[in-house]
Amino acid sequence: MSGISKERKRGQLAALSIAAVVIIVGVPLWWKTTETYRAWLPVSQIKELDILQLQLSADVEVVFARGTVTPEQQKKVPLTLTQDDEHIVDENTSLRYKYETKYRTATIMEEDALNQPTAAEADLSLHTLSESPCGSLVVYVIPEMSLLLPKDVDVYVGQRRTALLRIGAQMRVGRTLEQLLAHLEPRLKQVLQVMSFSHTDITAALSDRVRLSPGNKDSIADSMRAFKSSPGYEITFSLLNPDPQSHRLHWDIEGAVETYIQPLLTKLAPLANFSIDSQTLYYTMLGVNPRYDSTYGRYTLNSDSLAHVINPVEARLGSNAASSNPVLNFLLYVPDANHSPLHIHDSHKQEVISNAFHSPRWGGIMVYNVNDFHGPEAVFPVNINIDMTKVMGVFLAQLRLLLGVQSSTPPPGFLMAPCSSVGLADWELDRLMWSRTVENVATATTTITSLAQLLDQIGNIVINDNIAEQVSSAVSSLQLAVAELEAGNLGFALQYSKEAILASERAFFDPSLLHLLYFPDDQKFAIYIPLFLPMCVPILLSLLKIVSEARKKRKEKLAKKD
Amino acid sequence: MAARRCSFLAVLALLFFVSILVFVVAESQETKLTVEQHVTVVEDSQTDTETAEQTIKQAAVEERQWEATEIEEATPGDAPAEQQDSSATETAVPSSLPHPKDDFQEELVIRPLHSGDIYASFQFRTLWETDFMSGNKVSHYGLFPKSLGQVISKFSVRELHISFTQGYWRTMQWGQPFLPSPPGAELWVWFQDSVTDVDETWKELTNVLSGIFCASLNFIDSTNTVQPSASFKPLGTGNVTDHRFLRYATLPREIVCTENLTPWKKLLPCGSKAGLAVLLKSEKLFHSSFHSQAVHIRPVCQDWRCKTTSWELRQTLNVVFDLHTSSQGKREWSLFKMFSRTLTEACPLASSSKIYIDVTDNPEGEQFEVTPATPLLSQAVVLGDRRTFSVYDLTQQITFGTVRSLNLLIRWKSSEGDMLRPLLHAERYVAGYGLQTGEIHTLMYNNHPYRSFPVLLLDSVPWYLRLYIHTLTVTSKGKDNKPSFIHYEPSKDRVRPHLLEMLVQLPPNSVTEVTVQFERALLKWTEYTPDPNHGFYVGSSVISSLVPSVVAMDTNSTQDRPLFSSFFPCKEESSYFVRVYTEPLLVNLPTPDFSMPYNVICLTCTVVAVGYGSLYNLLTRSFQIEEPSPGLAKRIANIIRKMRGVPPL
Repeated sequence: MSGISKERKRGQLAALSIAAVVIIVGVPLWWKTTETYRAWLPVSQIKELDILQLQLSADVEVVFARGTVTPEQQKKVPLTLTQDDEHIVDENTSLRYKYETKYRTATIMEEDALNQPTAAEADLSLHTLSESPCGSLVVYVIPEMSLLLPKDVDVYVGQRRTALLRIGAQMRVGRTLEQLLAHLEPRLKQVLQVMSFSHTDITAALSDRVRLSPGNKDSIADSMRAFKSSPGYEITFSLLNPDPQSHRLHWDIEGAVETYIQPLLTKLAPLANFSIDSQTLYYTMLGVNPRYDSTYGRYTLNSDSLAHVINPVEARLGSNAASSNPVLNFLLYVPDANHSPLHIHDSHKQEVISNAFHSPRWGGIMVYNVNDFHGPEAVFPVNINIDMTKVMGVFLAQLRLLLGVQSSTPPPGFLMAPCSSVGLADWELDRLMWSRTVENVATATTTITSLAQLLDQIGNIVINDNIAEQVSSAVSSLQLAVAELEAGNLGFALQYSKEAILASERAFFDPSLLHLLYFPDDQKFAIYIPLFLPMCVPILLSLLKIVSEARKKRKEKLAKKD
Repeated sequence: MAARRCSFLAVLALLFFVSILVFVVAESQETKLTVEQHVTVVEDSQTDTETAEQTIKQAAVEERQWEATEIEEATPGDAPAEQQDSSATETAVPSSLPHPKDDFQEELVIRPLHSGDIYASFQFRTLWETDFMSGNKVSHYGLFPKSLGQVISKFSVRELHISFTQGYWRTMQWGQPFLPSPPGAELWVWFQDSVTDVDETWKELTNVLSGIFCASLNFIDSTNTVQPSASFKPLGTGNVTDHRFLRYATLPREIVCTENLTPWKKLLPCGSKAGLAVLLKSEKLFHSSFHSQAVHIRPVCQDWRCKTTSWELRQTLNVVFDLHTSSQGKREWSLFKMFSRTLTEACPLASSSKIYIDVTDNPEGEQFEVTPATPLLSQAVVLGDRRTFSVYDLTQQITFGTVRSLNLLIRWKSSEGDMLRPLLHAERYVAGYGLQTGEIHTLMYNNHPYRSFPVLLLDSVPWYLRLYIHTLTVTSKGKDNKPSFIHYEPSKDRVRPHLLEMLVQLPPNSVTEVTVQFERALLKWTEYTPDPNHGFYVGSSVISSLVPSVVAMDTNSTQDRPLFSSFFPCKEESSYFVRVYTEPLLVNLPTPDFSMPYNVICLTCTVVAVGYGSLYNLLTRSFQIEEPSPGLAKRIANIIRKMRGVPPL
């Protein structure tokens, strides 16, 4: 009898030890061998980035010229004021604008500069005196009687980062410094809105992160027009000649690009890399047939048919084979001899003077009529030299719009300096840099957070070391960009934000994340079942038996005790 | 004679050059002036240029919104004056036009083949006087397609040759093609010596080209790329011999169809809208026995002194129509019958646009009749043979006649006449049985009656056919023929293919056979193609050779040639370059049953479970000693004893 119970005991022990081996060795072994490699990601830092608190700091210098402050006020004048402005965009995003305003009186050299006969000259000589860093502004307050500005103009916005502000008439006598400053403030704020960042620009730049409430149509159209921020752009000029039998067109695109486009792009170089090319395409027809207008003896294209114009042309434009940057297309269309002159009409049936239109985030088209250069008796083909000044004037204007250089109408009383030969003022570049930096930061944070979310949701994606590296570098660049924005170093902030966007995109679009090697769990278990079922069932059964026997024994013991 | 021609050319070129110089000087002065004017004009216009845009209210059909760009003149008084100024500068002055930097030519050669088929060969050539090599960025394109130009400058390509072919060129029936190409896709590229990582550049280049031509060139990787040391020399200028910068790959499996033709046509300046390209309709082109389209880019000399290079883009399309069967045995064809189009105009951008019809075999019109007839005849030495062509110049209005359309018609009168056998041709096949080993046979035929010539044979065999190079034998006329040069690079599994190049002398009027044995490898189950039982393709062998010319061959026949011209074989035409491609091979590899992995998993799991179960039973069952049951005999005995009342045993 004791032999039997001993034997039973041994059997139970064997079952238990097998179960133990399976649990202690088998399960971890199986777990380890079927595990996917997942490198460590800075998840906590990414979570922090999800809540974005951007602070934009701008340095403003307000310089009082002679005759605007009294001597006793002058003594108090070197002072600094900080102004904070906080906006909450949505629950995860908040914005804070900080203007550090320094007040001082003008130096003798600056006084001399302000005594120049015209505002433009004053602007230039003030610029040569001191170069203000990227993102900062200098506002010169000039006396009311100053002859620099025309009568009805209060503010002159210069070519560089300076503005001239005329003091109001009511502040001539009996004023304290506080009153003066209080008087200046609303004007100053307007100047800042024009020359530095404005809230509408910045919120538009955040559109990648924040779903904007549908505001007025114009602002949406404005924000939709410009290209998204990208580390590089390809600009392609295409000359479309649908009728090479009648017209032999020659355009000096090389010279025109050198003269008109290149200066602007050199100026925009900190923002992105640009590459320019041009091509000539023949036999490219527009997608719509222009209507003949017999009263004027010419063909017209209506605004509502413009949307169909491009599709057949676009197939021939070709994408850039050598890079994946967005392409800005500028097409010069010379209508064929049978359909010219061709004019574009806007929605009010009015002729568009420039005879050009542009498509948001795509490019621009200009129709160039050549009938005037040859009479009806001309012998075809006619050689025609295209006037690049006229063409490039239009394309330059379109390029500015598409790159997001806002030419918003200034508030009343403002006088803008005329465009330089470069086509872009320093403060316009600053504005663009502010909004591009914010846009880059917004895009990079959304990319990184959604990548982290995706990797979190799909548990068996392999995360390689290089992806983890890209993610960490994106996160650190983002943190640096936010910090530099806070410190007011616009140039560095833009640089870091560009790096962040590049790294985050590279991580997000890495092909190793797309491997189709992820089987659903149910299929995996279907394959395992022939092994698992016969192994686990006896173990479970014997464990159950052991448990039930142990219970029985305890009951018996209790019964015996009783 | 040649010297005189040269001097004449030199004078011409000199004149030309001087005129250009004068021209350029005059022009540069003028442009300077105009540029200054332009600058002032633009500054003014920009001061008062103000853009306003109007959103078009009507929702566009697509997502795009279109806005009119308005440039308002704020100072209307000045504007008209300026406009007059500018229009004065831009009035068409034909004499001050810039010298055309690019040139486009198109031509079509039609050759009636002896088999009754028609061979049509299109060539479109764009020449561009520019320099991609010296590092300066080229970005303004005229006739040269932008996409290819960008590829050349981005990847520092010196030469690029790509061809897509459907069908196999039957050399014995059709003679030599103008431009040979192997079935499937072929790509070979010479890179400039400034490229540091050639393999990486090659990889990127194939990916970009696969996008441009809508082909699966992205399947080119290190396992089907070789660097031939002798067979593929650069065809353009520049004497590069370092074959580190050469890459060659074929995809014999590639199927060519409309989606490859459309992007190819897009590269033409006139597209398929005018000129010879209107004939290229895919529904007819792909209804043929042979179709091959190619793009060749190379640097060529700008003039005879070759100081500067220009870039040549040659787009070729060869097609063989099997009209014999499609027209119920009637031997006649026309442009309309072949292409379902007729010609109405030349491409206006082309400096020359011609159709050539090979009438060599038809000097008196006894074989076939061509309508409309043309008085223009031209002679050229093509592939070592002097041929006569009727020429139709499409730039001349008279070519199109009164109906304003050209529909060439050939009517055969007799079907006699035999073709001169091509001097060199080759074929290849796999021998052997079973799925373990096999043997590749390559046969090269030299049909020349008395001259022997050397050929270069290039073989690129995938790694899964493991060549036994010690079994390589070359025999001609039953005797061992020792190659004078062998270049062999063994394969590496899953990394690179075998490369075998050798120089073999072919004796006259002989067949040379090259055999090599191989073993078939077992692939991993993910390495099989979707249809593994179809077999695996091995690309064509390439045979390159300088073949003695036919013109030199007929020294005996004194047919209508003056006696003084025929004593010495004329030197300059004594041999010509020929490249011959053999058939691609289709080899069966041992193919597993692809549901096997699951079966194996299930089977092993079951075996493991059974083994484990019995072991488990043995370990956990409790054993007890039992009285052995009595045997059958004993039991029966006991029953009997019981019945008898005797105590059991």
